[in-house]
Amino acid sequence: MNKTYLIFKHEFSHTVKRAGFLVLTLIVPLLALMGIGLAKLVDTWSKPKDPTILHIGFVDHVGVFTEGTQVGSIVLIPFGSKEKANEALMRREVGEYIIIPADYITSGTIQRYTLEKELTTPFATQAILKGFLMGTLLEDKVSPEIVTLLNSPLGLEVTRVSEKGDEALKQMNAANVIIPALFALLLSLALMFGASSLISSLGEEKESHLIAVLFSSVSIRQLLMGKVLAQGLAGLLQVLVWLISTPLLLHLASSTFEGFLSNIQIPANFLLLGIIYFILGYLLFAVLSIGVGAISSSSREASQLSLFYILFSFVPLWFSSLIFNFPNGSIWVALTIFPVTAPIQAMIRLGFTDIPLWQLLTSIGVLLISIILGLIIAIRIFRIYMLMHGKRPTLKEIRLNLKNT
Amino acid sequence: MTTVEVKHLNKSYTGKMAVKDLSFSVSPGELLGLIGPNGAGKSSTIKIILDFMKPDSGEVRVFGSEMSEASKNRIGYLPEEKGLYKRLSAIEQILYLASLKGMDARSAKTKADELLRRTGMWESRKKKIKEMSKGMGQMIQFIVTILHDPEVIILDEPFSGLDPVNTELLKTLVGQLRDEGKTIILSTHQMNQVEALCDRVLMIHKGMEVLHGSLAEIKGKYTRHSVLVRIDGEIGEVPGVTDSKPNRESLELILEPDTEPQSILDHLRKQGRTIKQFEVTTPSLNDIFLDIAGADHE
Repeated sequence: MNKTYLIFKHEFSHTVKRAGFLVLTLIVPLLALMGIGLAKLVDTWSKPKDPTILHIGFVDHVGVFTEGTQVGSIVLIPFGSKEKANEALMRREVGEYIIIPADYITSGTIQRYTLEKELTTPFATQAILKGFLMGTLLEDKVSPEIVTLLNSPLGLEVTRVSEKGDEALKQMNAANVIIPALFALLLSLALMFGASSLISSLGEEKESHLIAVLFSSVSIRQLLMGKVLAQGLAGLLQVLVWLISTPLLLHLASSTFEGFLSNIQIPANFLLLGIIYFILGYLLFAVLSIGVGAISSSSREASQLSLFYILFSFVPLWFSSLIFNFPNGSIWVALTIFPVTAPIQAMIRLGFTDIPLWQLLTSIGVLLISIILGLIIAIRIFRIYMLMHGKRPTLKEIRLNLKNT
Repeated sequence: MTTVEVKHLNKSYTGKMAVKDLSFSVSPGELLGLIGPNGAGKSSTIKIILDFMKPDSGEVRVFGSEMSEASKNRIGYLPEEKGLYKRLSAIEQILYLASLKGMDARSAKTKADELLRRTGMWESRKKKIKEMSKGMGQMIQFIVTILHDPEVIILDEPFSGLDPVNTELLKTLVGQLRDEGKTIILSTHQMNQVEALCDRVLMIHKGMEVLHGSLAEIKGKYTRHSVLVRIDGEIGEVPGVTDSKPNRESLELILEPDTEPQSILDHLRKQGRTIKQFEVTTPSLNDIFLDIAGADHE
């Protein structure tokens, strides 16, 4: 049987059985599920169980608001004076009352009296009061449709026009930003896990001197290819579990967040680019991890060293709010091309803007070249240092040894 | 035909020579003892033979050609530092490492069961390595080394961590493998094991060959012209003896170049002394090793 396949099978089955892998794979959807559940719970608790009728008193000094009325669960009751309205409030016959001053038509201001401690007047109350005031003032003067229009917020349908005059471009909205941002976060988690899993596997074999036994049976190429493919597939499996659970979570979330997320569509090119960047990003991290794993004296030291490139790859996540404001700024274009940050940076920018084709091609090209060059150097470092134990070599020693071999 | 052939091997690390113009060969059914103090170049030589690293110059031929992926399946290697998965059971890793040597699962299982029983490790086959003693781990490592019936076996300190019973068992197994026609290279510090097992000895010091030949040849070369004598009371003056020094319970008498040991024995008999011990001194391999390695000995 092919030795690369044997190593792949062994590595994969041991990786997916590891507690760390299982916990990380399941914890992401579980945390999301818990978040949605919590939001639903808070929503349920914050809403009154039975809609109670709110009585609002009003005292009119303009002289046109004479009739009481009911709008939904709010009943508006007229009072002859402020004192009477206040007495009704004290007796809890009304929940609150308003004074419509004589200059309301010119000032547009009314006074509201309530027993509640509030930062602002609830939007629902504001809307009903405005509807009552406008409706009464314009009654018999304009059609009911115009009254409704006056009371409604401005509806805006925005279309983005390209420089060529096309009107096909979809305008950015908050919901469409969520998926790329979420994917970037998941990608960074998968890359981090893939790199640390590879480092831990190499570290264990180096520390236990098992690497010498393996080298006596297989070539470096077979060993590394088997390991890298197994850890890559385990990472992909993890992302797939997360992605498959996404529609279910979105469905649950949309009922919680009132349809906000229900219309999210994942564009095909985004999925394709997501897979390309995942594979290339993982391969780059694998190459870096092979080099770091080989020169480190222990897997602990290797994990510490790997933090340099893992944390650096997270830079786009830290600055995502700045990327949101200026997605095509020079620094963000540079980070899309720089290989360590490219996968996550490209995913985030795709949510905010259309990345020009030349930038995507350059970014993928630079990643490919980095992987090939990195692999050549990593294999040489691996051959020299995997069988050496003790103190970690300095950069000067590594350079000298690479030159001499 | 030789199975392993090393010719004019040179290797240096950042300017420091680890192996200097080393040449030797080993044939089927032969057990070569590779000895030398720490840092002598033994491990570097083994790593180059196994193609773990490339020499600066020189040539290594295994089975008549350069090391290839196919020839790796015909070699068994037991490293100085034990290399096993700590979290896997003994049987799991024996089978996995056997598969990497090209063995099919069924043959590996049958052979593993047989070797586990022969080495007394059958009861511990499901134990994880981290739960085993150093000696038990060493036995599992030995099983991993020979399970695929290799033609060339390289053993680096195989007796390390073994109790006397297991040391004897391992010696017997190694002897049997040699008798079956395997080519064996044994690198060890335990000179008594080298004397008991090896047909030929190669000692390297500071990367160079300092001693190479059969045990008889080496001992003949390093024999001191002296006798060991133990008698009751003072020995007094003996003709033909230039010097004497205590050697445990005996006295070593250094003879003049033209004095035969028989003349010393005759002299003592004539004096009517009770002779409890009389033997021609033969230096042990350890003595020879210490003589050569001097202050650098391990």
